Amino acid sequence: MQPEHQGVAVTVLVSVGRHPLTGRARRADQDARGLELALGLEERLPGSRINLLHAGPRCEESESALRGYLGMGAGTGLEHLTLLEQPEGADAIPALAEHLASATPQLVITGARAERGEGSGLLPYALAEHLGWPLVNGLAAVEKVEHGVATLLQALPRGQRRRLQVRLPAIVSVDGAAPAPRQSAFGPARRAQLEVTPLAAERDHELAEWAMAPARKRPKRLKIIKSASARDRFKAAAAKAEGGSGQVLEGVSSEQGADAILKLLREEGVLPR
Amino acid sequence: MLETLLPILIFAALGVAVVGAWRRVRLWRQGRPSAVPLLKGLAALPRRYLVDLHHVVGRDKVISNTHVATAGGFVAAAVLMILVHGLDLGASEGWGGVLGWLLLAASACMFMGSLFVARRRRHPPARLSKGPWMRLPKSLMAFSLGVFLVTLPTVGILPAGFGSWVLALALAAVVGWGLAEMVVGMTWGGPMKHAFAGALHLAFHRRAERFGEGNRSTGLKALDLENEAASLGVETPADFTWNQLLGFDACVQCGRCEAVCPAFAAGQPLNPKKLIQDMVVGLAGGSDAGYAGSPYPGKPVGEHHGSPHGPIVGRGGKALVDAETLWSCTTCRACVEECPMMIEHVDAIVDMRRFLTLERGETPNKAPEVLDNLIATDNPGGFAPGARMHWAADLNLPLMADLQQVDVLLWLGDGAFDMRNQRTLRALVKVLRAAKVDFAVLGNEERDSGDVARRLGDEATFQSLARRNIATLAKYHFQHILTCDPHSFHVLGNEYGELGGDYRVYHHSTYIAELHDAGRLTFAPWKGGSVTYHDPCYLGRYNGEYEAPRRVLEALGITLNEMQRSGFRSRCCGGGGGAPITDIPGERRIPDMRMNDVKESGAGLVAVGCPQCTAMLEGVVDASAEVRDIAELVADALVAAPSEETAARHRPRAVEVA
Ligand code: SF4
Ligand code: SF4
Repeated sequence: MQPEHQGVAVTVLVSVGRHPLTGRARRADQDARGLELALGLEERLPGSRINLLHAGPRCEESESALRGYLGMGAGTGLEHLTLLEQPEGADAIPALAEHLASATPQLVITGARAERGEGSGLLPYALAEHLGWPLVNGLAAVEKVEHGVATLLQALPRGQRRRLQVRLPAIVSVDGAAPAPRQSAFGPARRAQLEVTPLAAERDHELAEWAMAPARKRPKRLKIIKSASARDRFKAAAAKAEGGSGQVLEGVSSEQGADAILKLLREEGVLPR
Repeated sequence: MLETLLPILIFAALGVAVVGAWRRVRLWRQGRPSAVPLLKGLAALPRRYLVDLHHVVGRDKVISNTHVATAGGFVAAAVLMILVHGLDLGASEGWGGVLGWLLLAASACMFMGSLFVARRRRHPPARLSKGPWMRLPKSLMAFSLGVFLVTLPTVGILPAGFGSWVLALALAAVVGWGLAEMVVGMTWGGPMKHAFAGALHLAFHRRAERFGEGNRSTGLKALDLENEAASLGVETPADFTWNQLLGFDACVQCGRCEAVCPAFAAGQPLNPKKLIQDMVVGLAGGSDAGYAGSPYPGKPVGEHHGSPHGPIVGRGGKALVDAETLWSCTTCRACVEECPMMIEHVDAIVDMRRFLTLERGETPNKAPEVLDNLIATDNPGGFAPGARMHWAADLNLPLMADLQQVDVLLWLGDGAFDMRNQRTLRALVKVLRAAKVDFAVLGNEERDSGDVARRLGDEATFQSLARRNIATLAKYHFQHILTCDPHSFHVLGNEYGELGGDYRVYHHSTYIAELHDAGRLTFAPWKGGSVTYHDPCYLGRYNGEYEAPRRVLEALGITLNEMQRSGFRSRCCGGGGGAPITDIPGERRIPDMRMNDVKESGAGLVAVGCPQCTAMLEGVVDASAEVRDIAELVADALVAAPSEETAARHRPRAVEVA
C-alpha cells in the first residue's frame, strides 16, 4: 500500500458560533475552517474519516448552527455529528477528553477560540494536557501524513509560515490563516444525523462565578512617528509592529525564564513595579 | 396504382407516428408529477394557440403569415388527404368532388407558405438553427406539391390513369418523403416535432394562468421544503416535472430567445436556445453534437452529454451543462417574453440553481457570502439590522410600530443601506409628503424581501425571510404597499401570495402617476435636455407596467427619446438574478451595452425606476448620460400645489429659464 493512500481518522471539534453583529447562532468561523482543512485532507488522502464532535446543550438554535457544519459535507462522506449532550454551563473539557481518549482519532482539529461562552482559547491546550498529545496552533495546512507523522504548515504573524513535523495523535488548532470554509448546503445539512450521547454533566464552577459582558475592542497603543517626511511615516506604518525589543532566551533555566517574563511585565506596567 | 399505394403510405405513416408518439410520451413521463387539468387544457388549446401563441408570433408579420399559410394549409391538407386518399372518399358521389377541390386549395396554400419558408432559409440569420432545419422547406414542398399532384386526377383535371407507372411511383415517393417528414417526423424527432410537442405543451402548460388577454404569471413557484428526505431542486432531467420536459421538447429553435438574451450578447457562456436543446438531449439521452445552432459563447458543441437520470451539472467534470451557464442568467425574462412556444426558461434555470445551492453548496463567487449575510443579518450586505434607518435620521419617518394603521406602507428595500439609493428614497419621501400621503415605514422591522436569495437558488433562505416579513406585515393595517424597488415589488406582490401574504403593491412610478392624476402633485416644466427611459425587467416584463413611468415623465413635461429596445423588448441592465454577485465573466459587460443603447438614443439623461438598474448603469465608466430615478426627477420638479383660492386667481406669470 502506498503511504499517501493511508487515510487518517480526523475528529473536528465544532462549537456553536455567534454572529458578531446580530448574535445569531451560526457555524463558528474558525471551527468551519478546521472542518474545511479536514475535508481537504480527505480529498487528498482517500480512506480518511472525519468525525464531528460537539459537547453542549441540544436546542433548536444550537442544532441549526451545528447542522451548518454538516452542510459542508455535500458530496463527501461526512454525514453525522456526535453530540455529547450536556446542560448549559457544563464544562466541555472532561467530556471531550474522555470521548477522544476512547474514540482514538489520529488528528483532532479545533478552532483557536469559541465565539460564545468563555472564549478563552484554552480548550485545545487543556485537551492536549488531558490526553498527553502534542499541540500545534495557528495551523495553515496539513501537507502530508506518512507513517503516522504529519507534516504541518504553521502560520506565523505577517504571512510567515513554518513547517513542522508531529507524530500522531495530535491536536491542532486553526485560526483565520486556515483556508476559508466552503458553503454550507441546506439539503445535506438537514438530512444529516446527529448522534446524541447524553452525559453526566460536570458543572464548570469557575464559569458560573464569572460575570459576562459583551467584549469591547481593546485599546491599541498609538505609535507616534515624529518624522516629518512622508516616506518615513509610511515606512513606520508598514513596518513590523514588534520592534527589535524581543528577546529569545535559549538554554536558560526555568527560574531565569520566569524572571525575564516578570521583568518584562513590570516594564510594560502590567504588574506593579 | 396510386389508389392502392396512397392509402398504404398514409396509414403506414400514421401508424409509425402513433408508435413514435407513444415513445415520446414515455420520455416526458420520466419527469416528476405535475397536476394539470388534462381535459380542460385540451379544451383551451385552440384558444391558446390561435390567440396567445399568435400574439407572440405576430410580432414578426412575415413569419406569422408564413406560418399561418404553411401550418394551416398542412393541417387542412393532412385531414383532407386522409379522407380523400386514405379512405378514398374522393371517388364517392356528392361530397367527394368538393373534398378533392378543398384538398387542392389546402395544398396550394401550404405550397405558397413553403416558398416563404424557403426564402427565409436562403440567408438564415444566425439565431436560426441549421442542420435538419435546412431541409424543412424542401420537405414542405415535397408534401404540398406531391399531394397537389396526386389529387389532380381525383378531381378530374387529369385522367385517372394518366402517365406511366414510373410517374406514379415517383409521385408516391415524393408524397412518401413528405409524409415521412411531416407525419412520422412529428413524433420521432425532426423539425416537425414542435407541432406535436408544442400543441400538447400549450394544453398542459405548467402556468395555465399566463394565458388570456393581459394575463401574466411570472412569480417563481415555491419549492416544497416540508419533505425532509427529498432532494431539492433539479439534478437530472428527470427531476423536472413532466410538463416542463414536454415544454422543452416543443422548442422550434427559432432563436428569438437567443437574439434578446443579454448574457448571450455579452459573450457569457449562456444561450437560452441551446440550454433548452440541451434539456431535450438530456431527456432523450445522448450528446449535443447534433445541435446545429449558435453554441454557448466560448464553449464548443459536442463536448457535453447527458441522460434522463444522469446529472445535468457534473461534479468536477463535464456533463450536460456547465454551472457557469446557469449562473450567467440575469432572470430578465426576455427569452420567455419572446418565445413563441411559451417555454419557461427562467423556471428551468432557477430549478437547476436550486439544486446547486441547496444540495451541493456550489453557488459561485461572492454568492455564499451574500447568502450567509442574509441568514445572519437579513440583508445581503451584512450590515447591522439596527442600522437600516440611519439614512433617514433627519427625516422623522413615521414608524408602523407607532401608528399601527396607515394608508400606505412604504417598503424601503435593501437600498436603504446604499448611499446612492438613499438619495432616491429621500426624493420619494419628499414627493409623498408633498402629496400629503398618509404613510409609514417598518423601519428596523423590515428585512430583505428574499429576491436575491430565491434567484440564487436558496429557496430555504427566501422562505425564511418571506415568512418573517409576512408575520411582521400581519401585525399592521394598511391599504397597500409602496416601494421604489421593482424586485421587492415583484416578490411582495407575486411571490408572497403562495406563502400566505396577499398585498396590493405599488411601484412608485404607478403611485406617483395616480397622485398626479388626482391633482395632488404639481410639477414645474422640464428644463433639462433629452431623456430616455430604461424599463426595469422586474417592472416591465414581470409586471407589465410600461405605461405609468412614461406617464409620469410626460407629466413632467419630458418627451422621451425611446431606445430601440424598450418596453417589453427592453434590454436588461445586468443586475437581476444575482448576476452581479455570481459575476460570470464574458467578453463585454451587460450594463455597458445598455448604456450604449442610451447613447444611441441621443439622450443625455436616462430615467430609471430601480435601485439595481441605477447601480448597474451608474457603474458604467465614461457614460454619455446621467442616471436619475423617476422619484428624483419628480422631487426636483415639485412646486407647491395651487390651493383653491390661488388657483382661482391664477394668471400667467414670467418663468425663469436660466
Ligand atoms: S426556446 Fe422558444 S424562443 Fe428559444 S429557440 Fe426555442 S422556441 Fe425559439
Ligand atoms: S432570462 Fe434573460 S439572461 Fe436569462 S436566459 Fe433569458 S434572456 Fe438570457
